[in-house]
Amino acid sequence: MALNRDFIGRTFPPSEPYEVTRVKIKEFADAIGDPNPVYRDREAAKAAGHPDVIAPPTFPIVISLGGASLTDPELGLNFAMVVHGEERFEYTRPLRAGDVVTCESAIAGIRAIGRNERLDIQTVVTTVEGEHICTAYNAIVERGA
Amino acid sequence: MTAKVKYEEVEVGQELPARTYPVHRIDLVKYAGASGDFNPIHWNESFARSVGLPDVIAHGMYTMAQGGRFVTDWVGDPGAILEYGVRFSSMVVVPDEGGAEIKITGVVEDKLDDNAVVVALTARSAGEKVLTRAKATVRLA
Repeated sequence: MALNRDFIGRTFPPSEPYEVTRVKIKEFADAIGDPNPVYRDREAAKAAGHPDVIAPPTFPIVISLGGASLTDPELGLNFAMVVHGEERFEYTRPLRAGDVVTCESAIAGIRAIGRNERLDIQTVVTTVEGEHICTAYNAIVERGA
Repeated sequence: MTAKVKYEEVEVGQELPARTYPVHRIDLVKYAGASGDFNPIHWNESFARSVGLPDVIAHGMYTMAQGGRFVTDWVGDPGAILEYGVRFSSMVVVPDEGGAEIKITGVVEDKLDDNAVVVALTARSAGEKVLTRAKATVRLA
């Protein structure tokens, strides 16, 4: 189904602050099967030059998936038909335990590709102190029926 | 940060050691929980088939995470990644029995300023390229 083009360029208010915890980082690292100690052991992370355990490079997807911006029924997105098209992160630094961050998302574009609909979302992740962590560029594809 | 690979010892065209990562249904259930992406196409076979998929498929971000691990294991410090992007070109189909494998290879594509290099990745599953335009920019020692 065609997505609502009125959403192109729409920006969304910052998300509620999210606290990155050691337990969540470990859960995520376990889920991707990555045994790297810098995701679990504070001493190992410090030895690698980080103040506390850091999160894997793809961890920001947990908080930057678009959230409320995609669930607005006016957009017309059918989640059952959604697959991920592209994802890219530009990092200032890794997320780490103790960070409290918010995300600001914007719909950068919506266009048809054959029978599919492509939706581009840009999400900026910053700490509540205003430090830039990363910017995520996410493209999802709603497959045509 | 402490990248273990030295910039001056890396050449354009250098290949990174290939790795194969297994993926089973249980991994997708764990990933759904950890990531918050509970789309049933990643854990419910009858649902996946009902929307035209061949079987349960892995989260694209699960595959991207394996590529990330491939790079961070090579460079030695996940904090050395400056940029990482992929295009999901095909699905990783994960049957109930036996699961699937994701095979990742990489090559140093470019050397940039400030000790940064671009690593180009390929990821295959069941013979299909599941990631294309997969590149990580990392800062070496």
